[in-house]
Amino acid sequence: MSSNTLFDHVWDLHKVTTLPTGQDQLFIGLHLIHEVTSPQAFAALNEKKQPMAFPDRTFATIDHIIPTLSQQRPFTDSQAETMTEALEKNVKQHKVRFFDTSTAKQGIVHVIGPELGLTQPGMTIACGDSHTSTHGAFGSLGFGIGTTEVSHVLETQTLALNRLKVRRINFNGALSKGIYAKDVILKIIQVLGVKGGIGFAYEFGGDVFNAMTMDERMTVCNMSIEGGARIGYVNPDETTFKYLENREFAPQGQAFENAKTFWRSIASKPDAIYDDTVTLHTDDLSPMVTWGITPGQSIGITDTFPSIERFAPSEQALVKEAYEYMKWKPNSTVMGTPVNVVFIGSCTNSRLSDLREAANILKNKKVNSNTKTIVVPGSQRIKQEAEAEGLDKIFTEAGAEWRGAGCSMCLAMNPDKLIGDQVCASTSNRNFIGRQGSSTGRTLLMSPAMAAAAAVKGQLTDVRDWL
Amino acid sequence: MKHIQFSGRALPMRGDDIDTDRIIPARFLKEITFEKMGEYLFYDARFNDDHSPKNHLLNDPIYKGSSFLIVGQNFGCGSSREHAPQAIKRYGFDVIIGESFAEIFAGNCKSLGVPAVTLPRADIETLWAEIEANPQLMLHLNLETKQLIADDSVFEIDIVESRRVAFLEGTWDSLGLLKQNKDLVQKKAQELPYLHFGAK
Repeated sequence: MSSNTLFDHVWDLHKVTTLPTGQDQLFIGLHLIHEVTSPQAFAALNEKKQPMAFPDRTFATIDHIIPTLSQQRPFTDSQAETMTEALEKNVKQHKVRFFDTSTAKQGIVHVIGPELGLTQPGMTIACGDSHTSTHGAFGSLGFGIGTTEVSHVLETQTLALNRLKVRRINFNGALSKGIYAKDVILKIIQVLGVKGGIGFAYEFGGDVFNAMTMDERMTVCNMSIEGGARIGYVNPDETTFKYLENREFAPQGQAFENAKTFWRSIASKPDAIYDDTVTLHTDDLSPMVTWGITPGQSIGITDTFPSIERFAPSEQALVKEAYEYMKWKPNSTVMGTPVNVVFIGSCTNSRLSDLREAANILKNKKVNSNTKTIVVPGSQRIKQEAEAEGLDKIFTEAGAEWRGAGCSMCLAMNPDKLIGDQVCASTSNRNFIGRQGSSTGRTLLMSPAMAAAAAVKGQLTDVRDWL
Repeated sequence: MKHIQFSGRALPMRGDDIDTDRIIPARFLKEITFEKMGEYLFYDARFNDDHSPKNHLLNDPIYKGSSFLIVGQNFGCGSSREHAPQAIKRYGFDVIIGESFAEIFAGNCKSLGVPAVTLPRADIETLWAEIEANPQLMLHLNLETKQLIADDSVFEIDIVESRRVAFLEGTWDSLGLLKQNKDLVQKKAQELPYLHFGAK
């Protein structure tokens, strides 16, 4: 069993008691909600006429269903309008702070939590969305929950949970030009597998993570869940503190100094014991692209599509299923694969630094006439900041579409969808069958710079040749 | 209500890494109740774009009325959407038996009173083959003895112990347990440093 890790410190700090089932009852320090997974939870509460236990520890926004072309109300999609109205009614009734589009603070829940300084080291953070692991970038324990659990947090501010094991993942070396946080996490998932993290929290460390910005750490922690790990985190350090300073909901002045003392205290200690340790090195890393139907089915851009025989017999059925769906041929080159759509956005890669990387490629270039390209900022604030830097101009002059903030084409609960078997170079997190809204649509996950280069070329290309 | 024993016929769903988007595509999540989720189970795998049925086990009358779903590894990976186990339960499945389950999915199943129990790969393969050969095969799961019985075969199932206890004691929806500790929760809120940084 692990000991003296950040996971152990934060878990123990929030443990209320052990329940008769043997599960731990954990206090949830920050609860984030959105329109998709909360209405049924509020309905359960309202039916019983129960109040929320700690309404000031829940914050709401709207992201999954919001259209990104026009965000005018009422939304054209009546279902989207109904969901939004339900959220509005619930937050009003229970006095939950709500960052809607009129606040200029709306955005993808995992983008605005950190941006507003709500996300802080040492917290337990829950949200009815699996990518809540993103918040682990700050040295918090962030994890996705189901709707019944959302109702538990609303009513008690606690959850019944099983303690996880802790796997330390060291990534050493340095990221060279054209290689990004996205490549790091795709590599980790490729090596450990999509179910390798079941039952584990991932602690990320080593040279690469020490050097990373908060945006980069968020990209990696975001996709921990794609490797099966419900929680992924990085120990807080000066980079974390610097990011948080002067954020709206972060402690200010002397309180910030006090907070730093606490934040330092919860980090893993040198004598920490892990249930497992894995060490990787950037020597083996090149720009990564997924080729199949799980985020673990990825390959370097200069490789060929893997032959079926390369996989263990137990994996071959899935590999064949992937080839059948994706319509590629094993052993053909990855580079040059035609791309119909490019999506730059999602809670994985829609932050200002991601947009800058994409703009850096698109500057003074034109998007290929066969490639529809949409760029979707993660929040209204990022949209404003990007526009202040002129990034929007770079995108639109290149022929890409510049949209409003939301989840957009990551999961197609809004008008942004693939059509038929279109191939999409996407900076999102899931390449599942049908994920982007067409039951035959094909998703290739990659970094924003790789996606931008694919937009110009109209096919997959090695971004290192563009820098 | 205690959930100790289950009996029924089973549907053998081959395949690994079956994700929540496949179990229920995201466009069906745009409803503010779970009522109709059963209709949407595996929708894109079961139906063509014109809503005509595809060749899929869930459309095969021989498996109609099955209450056990037998799956492979990492079933339910992906999103935290409770709509996925809601769809499975509302369609009529009471038990899911697989090689392994995604963490959030398994927890959601527990919240709904649906045991997601595991067996080694070889046993899953045996079950798939036996059910395919005889779709009328009756399965009997006993969470007390941790045994699954199919004809003359006895399989030793595994399940996270706290979940097993919750099913046996009828506390699979944890709310009742959580609410008993109101005072301890208030005390915890007083102790957490970050809830008081702002305080003078």
